[in-house]
Amino acid sequence: MTLLRHTPVEIKERKALSINPAKTCQPVGAMYAALGIHGCLPHSHGSQGCCAYHRSALTKHYKEPVSAATSSFTEGASVFGGQANLLQAINNIFTVYEPDVIAVHTTCLSETIGDDVPQITDKARQEGKIPEGKFVVSASTPSYVGSHVTGFANMVMGTLKGFSEKTGKKNGKVNIIPGFVEPSDMEELKRLATAMGVQTILFPDTSGVLNGPLTGEYKMFPDGGTTVPELRSTGDSIGTLALGEWASAEGAKYLDSTHKVPCKILDLPIGLKATDRFIDALRMITGRHVPDLIAHERGQLVDLISDMHQYFYHKKVALVGDPDQVIALTEFLTSIDMCPVHIVTGTPGKKFEARIKEITKDSPFPVNVKALGDMFLLHQWIKNDPVDLLIGNTYCKYIARDEDIPLIRHGFPIIDRVGHQYFPTVGYKGGLRLLEKILDALLTRIDRDAPEDCFELTY
Amino acid sequence: MEPVIFEERKAQIQRKGAKGAEPFSISCNKNSLAGAVSQRACVFCGSRVVLYPIADALHLVHGPIGCAVYNWDIRGAMSSGPELHRLSFSTDLREKDVIFGGEKKLYQALLELIDLHKPNAAFVYSTCIVGIIGDDLKAVCKKVEAEKGIPVIPVQSEGFKGNKREGYLAACQAMFTLVGTGDTSAISPLSVNILGDFNLAGEIWIIQDYLRRMGVEVVANITGDGRVEEVRRAHGAALNLVQCSGATMDLAKMMQQKYGIPFKKVSYFGIEDMSDALYEVAKFFEDKDPEIMTRTRELVREELRDLYPKLQLLRKDLVGKKAAIYVGGAFKAFSLVKSFRHLGIDVVMVGSQTGTQEDYQELAEITDEGTIVVDDTNPLELSAFIKEKDVDIFVGGVKERPIAYKLGVGFCDHNHERKEALEGFLGMYNFAKEVHATVTSPVWNFTPRRRKSPIASPDVPACAATGRVS
Repeated sequence: MTLLRHTPVEIKERKALSINPAKTCQPVGAMYAALGIHGCLPHSHGSQGCCAYHRSALTKHYKEPVSAATSSFTEGASVFGGQANLLQAINNIFTVYEPDVIAVHTTCLSETIGDDVPQITDKARQEGKIPEGKFVVSASTPSYVGSHVTGFANMVMGTLKGFSEKTGKKNGKVNIIPGFVEPSDMEELKRLATAMGVQTILFPDTSGVLNGPLTGEYKMFPDGGTTVPELRSTGDSIGTLALGEWASAEGAKYLDSTHKVPCKILDLPIGLKATDRFIDALRMITGRHVPDLIAHERGQLVDLISDMHQYFYHKKVALVGDPDQVIALTEFLTSIDMCPVHIVTGTPGKKFEARIKEITKDSPFPVNVKALGDMFLLHQWIKNDPVDLLIGNTYCKYIARDEDIPLIRHGFPIIDRVGHQYFPTVGYKGGLRLLEKILDALLTRIDRDAPEDCFELTY
Repeated sequence: MEPVIFEERKAQIQRKGAKGAEPFSISCNKNSLAGAVSQRACVFCGSRVVLYPIADALHLVHGPIGCAVYNWDIRGAMSSGPELHRLSFSTDLREKDVIFGGEKKLYQALLELIDLHKPNAAFVYSTCIVGIIGDDLKAVCKKVEAEKGIPVIPVQSEGFKGNKREGYLAACQAMFTLVGTGDTSAISPLSVNILGDFNLAGEIWIIQDYLRRMGVEVVANITGDGRVEEVRRAHGAALNLVQCSGATMDLAKMMQQKYGIPFKKVSYFGIEDMSDALYEVAKFFEDKDPEIMTRTRELVREELRDLYPKLQLLRKDLVGKKAAIYVGGAFKAFSLVKSFRHLGIDVVMVGSQTGTQEDYQELAEITDEGTIVVDDTNPLELSAFIKEKDVDIFVGGVKERPIAYKLGVGFCDHNHERKEALEGFLGMYNFAKEVHATVTSPVWNFTPRRRKSPIASPDVPACAATGRVS
């Protein structure tokens, strides 16, 4: 008897539904991006349930307080429009919570009834509800389009649209849009750039917001986040690096087309090759040399891969998560001779499937890949062609238990383990951490399953 | 503290015994203010959490993906058999469905899922967007029901129609369509339904065990470890026991009206409320079984004999500590206030998301002077209350936990994320242990609030701190 005995082996085509989703809806991504603005209160323009869910989801993932406000739609607002609610909300928020910025995202409800948030924001401004030096930015994020990843991308875009200016005087900085990654990853990207001697504006930046210390104070607006002056200055930067096409490309392209800040779209720097490309891009834009420190860290990663490569050889992996993460992970795993064989993202995008097929084209095994897929399908694939390792968010634990496969938690949400807040998976250091996790999972399994006479001390 | 309270919210916060507050009166059951950082959820959430533990039913969320995801296995509602309820099913509405309507997709999804999982019934949840685009949920359900031969029940839970309360009502209406359709012939005259227990951490099994020892048959668990067939024959029980006043009271009232089944409001949290609940049941059946009261007394005695010395051990470390309570339903707050008294802890703040005027009146009566009573609060208010009252332990839900910790205050999850059974006499002990664990945790000595570390205190200059460390 297994926990999810409800998953049959036989795969039938499903046309009309999702079982055990591998994505969630746009607004939570928008809320996460907005938390990366310093002094910002995210605002959900919809009924109060949405806002409560997104706050709960983020709180469970980060174990941190997450504040966000809601327009608290009622039946009346749903019939007559939410303008009155949003105007009242803007007024209340600036009066009582005093954020620097309100970042409004829409929901399926407000989108469908046709609320025009930029127009309502203009009205609020005209009516004097937005105090001097305070700002309202917005993004359209209906829940029935895209996924949490596109919601993130839309809020990045909405914020840059709201703030970026071109003064004509370059600031000498590089914009980095880090993608839908952890605060620890954002910290690591900043560290790498600093080590290169490159000045950056990293946005969104949730480090210091969602991995803050216990201070004895509850701060509605923690110390971290990209500041308003920084956001304004993004139009004067010498270039933009967009990490992850799904989460970051749109914002970078906006800065390119509007303010002529040239952009380069890269994969998330997870693993050796993708990190190489990131460091190289920083080098090319700024003309800086790669310092010894970074070369040293790179060398350590290559060293570890060589030390343990026999344990990676042709190990089959099932992967599920957001497209940017999964693409980078697939490349990393393939580069160390592991074999991702079942690969799912819940986010729509044919390009995803093409990219994965390209990365895995030399795989010794057949590869299943699906965008707009779900975990039920992944589970069925695994039943038909078992794997040595599963990588995905907490919901994968059902599959891992059912099929008795080691699980490495990666992605959003992780609600039953900690670490993602503090330890990055990007950069060479992040690569080391991933390898530590992979080896720990694989070798623990060997130790567990080895008969007494084959039980090894050393690996 | 004044600046953090909205003018409009002042009537929703009262201090017992404060000047001008007599007689005690509080404003509640209002819609949250637009722009407030409310801790409340929506109608759909209310329906979903009440029905979700029915383990052999299909629970299909008709809406965009998020609604299904955020409620996926949201509570640890345990099942002793099938676990279909722990999967997440969504019609995953896309833009074209919103434009052209989602009825066809819903119909197709139901057919596919019923073929795939062979459930004993299907609940189909309406969400905000379905209410707006006007899909005829009832018609689709009726059609599938006719084709597949199982009950397919629409749950009218459009999120914007209110808060969780309205969702509870929709859930009760959905369940009521099942009640009365099953065979009741073999049911004992000494029989009850357990309403408003969701079997978190296996709690309903504790209560069932007590009832069994008293000689009372449980007909239907509504809804913890619930089954469709049980709900169908629930009208054969002699009595409804209703816990969690908000969630299932509507169903009890409907069953009283249609089937003449009386109900009793109970709580299984804490010594008094648990014992009272059992005695109420015994009293109810006394004329049918004169021995039942004796058996019940013996049961309570036995349990207390075991519990009491264990509680005393924990109590000695807890006397004089201060607690703040903020929970979903007010019934739980009553039991918690009493439970804290057993542990020697003073309750200095108490509030709920969905309490009624009567609830708050009662809370004011059982708490001490100066206790803050609050309806539908927000993080800033909570933080201000906790600091003002110098609280040692906060009892709340998932969104409150990190706030308490940031302030350096202990926390106990008495909400749906609890991992320990807190009902029954065993639950009282578990509760006391959880409280003890968090209140006496050494971690608070490292936090600025307790000022025991030279570098954690803002008052100590850096040089002095280093001096003391070395």
